[in-house]
Amino acid sequence: MHPSNNHIFIKSPGLATPSGLLLLSSVLLVAIVWALMSGAFQIRPMDMVGWVLGSQLDEVSRNVLLNIRAPRVLLGVITGAVLGMAGAVMQALFRNPLAEPGLVGLSAGASLGAVLAIVLTGGGLLLIGGFAFLGGLAATFLAYFLGKRSSHQSGLLLAGIAINSIGFGAMGVIIIHANDAQLRDLTFWNMGSLASADWAMLAWLTPWSFALIAFLLTQWRVLNALLLGEREAYHLGFHPVRLRWRFITLVALAVGPIVAVTGGIGFVGLVIPHLVRLWLGADHRWVLPASGIAGAIALTLADWLGRIVIAPSELPIGLVTCLLGGPFFIWLLLKGSRAHE
Amino acid sequence: MSDSSRNLSLQDVTVFRDRRCVIPPLSLSMTPGSILGVLGPNGAGKTSLLAACTGELPLSAGEIRYGVRGLNPKDARSLARTRAVLPQQSQLTFNLPVDQIIQIGAYPFPELSPAQIKLWFERVVECVDLDGLVHKPYNALSGGEQQRVQFARVLLQTHAIAHTQGHAYLFLDEPTASLDLRHQGRLFKTIQQLAKSQVVSIFVILHDLNLASRWCDTLLLLSPDHAPLFGKTADILTKESLRKVYGVDMQIQPHPFRPDELLILADV
Repeated sequence: MHPSNNHIFIKSPGLATPSGLLLLSSVLLVAIVWALMSGAFQIRPMDMVGWVLGSQLDEVSRNVLLNIRAPRVLLGVITGAVLGMAGAVMQALFRNPLAEPGLVGLSAGASLGAVLAIVLTGGGLLLIGGFAFLGGLAATFLAYFLGKRSSHQSGLLLAGIAINSIGFGAMGVIIIHANDAQLRDLTFWNMGSLASADWAMLAWLTPWSFALIAFLLTQWRVLNALLLGEREAYHLGFHPVRLRWRFITLVALAVGPIVAVTGGIGFVGLVIPHLVRLWLGADHRWVLPASGIAGAIALTLADWLGRIVIAPSELPIGLVTCLLGGPFFIWLLLKGSRAHE
Repeated sequence: MSDSSRNLSLQDVTVFRDRRCVIPPLSLSMTPGSILGVLGPNGAGKTSLLAACTGELPLSAGEIRYGVRGLNPKDARSLARTRAVLPQQSQLTFNLPVDQIIQIGAYPFPELSPAQIKLWFERVVECVDLDGLVHKPYNALSGGEQQRVQFARVLLQTHAIAHTQGHAYLFLDEPTASLDLRHQGRLFKTIQQLAKSQVVSIFVILHDLNLASRWCDTLLLLSPDHAPLFGKTADILTKESLRKVYGVDMQIQPHPFRPDELLILADV
């Protein structure tokens, strides 16, 4: 919205933030290459280098690389970037460091929408994605208004618990009534997995997600103004009601289809922005891109971990992020309660 | 005589909240380059009036004009390019360094050059005496230092408004509440300079009658039970009106240092 021409004249002490972004991008690149090569079926580094330089790969390696691993890694990158940035945006909007698609109920709402679409309409990517968006949108608004009634941070979490229970309860009821073919479609939601990645789905999910990410990146001033408070943001020219609509809709538009494809992948939106802020500070000009890149790194590595720990079988990525993110959440709660004393 | 097309004018402004009248019908006009002090006991509606003037609180009746333009609360963007507001307290969700918070004041003006903003940045940092603190995280500062940071941010926005629009309106809600004596004086000297330059009109809520007497050109004395009083500072600060509004006896005498000003002592 605004050209980003000013506000760069004062160097922050410590690590300069652009070089932090550069470092993160390099790590992401390494993680992607690593995840492409490594797994139950190993592709040797020499073969990869040779293939990039133009020589032929054998048929099996080629197939694994292009049709199985590449779409899966790309889906991981997109999912991680969207969830990381969605967490950063929601935390600024809700003025609450614990806001995150999973905890607030956005993911549950989107899952319910997707399940409804599968059972009612029989599927189709567009319908599932659309229903997931609507479910996520409704759940997030509900969480926002319920959370606002309590002045304390935990109000939002309590609202999230209620929304999650309702969402998962309703999904259970629908799943009981699903037929066998639908059941097969539904199973991956409970796991949270990147295994369903294929090029047909990525052909629309990739441009969609990157367009939303690109737009969110331009919104750093608004989110910084919101750090001061809704009233202060209004004084600075940002209308709170319109902001709420804009950001909740954008986040639901980005996260809804992701949830429809991958199921619930928890804690990325909570952990990643928090670590980024500890490292680079809270300025959204850097928090947004860094959360996106770091989220992509996290999911690329988490998926790789899920593929190798019990190879040849797989650990769903949702389990990996829960096992790693859960303890982090507990640490955050303990830290928060100490700060309140 | 100053240019009346820059007046902030209130015409029969009335605000009801939960069916309770928080602002009775009020009409007044604030001339450019003046400092209007708003006084009154707790619950008299000072902050509500400020919120009504800045667009936060919808009017139940009446009209507010910034110069020739009517106040349109929905148009947050052009309001931010017309007036700057310093609220009583601002809490940060996440910690930002002081220099970044101050620069947020320039957000409504993306067209300004970094060099121009840097100039104002240095000036406001000097004005509020924050030189050694610009790289410190906000949450590590004391209450008074935080208030000065917020004032610097609002001051930067005021400079940008005055520069681009020719005139700025500045609203301050108890800006000196947690400041020590020296910084209280500094703050008022700063806003007095702004007012004298004729390009900024200032609306300031105060509790300290002596600060009001020392720095304000006109006063608005609000009361929950009586009609508001508006006029020149010396006309408003009388024993009778103060007793009526505050219910406290006051002693008013010439100031020992500045004989043309008043010293007000409350008998409480």
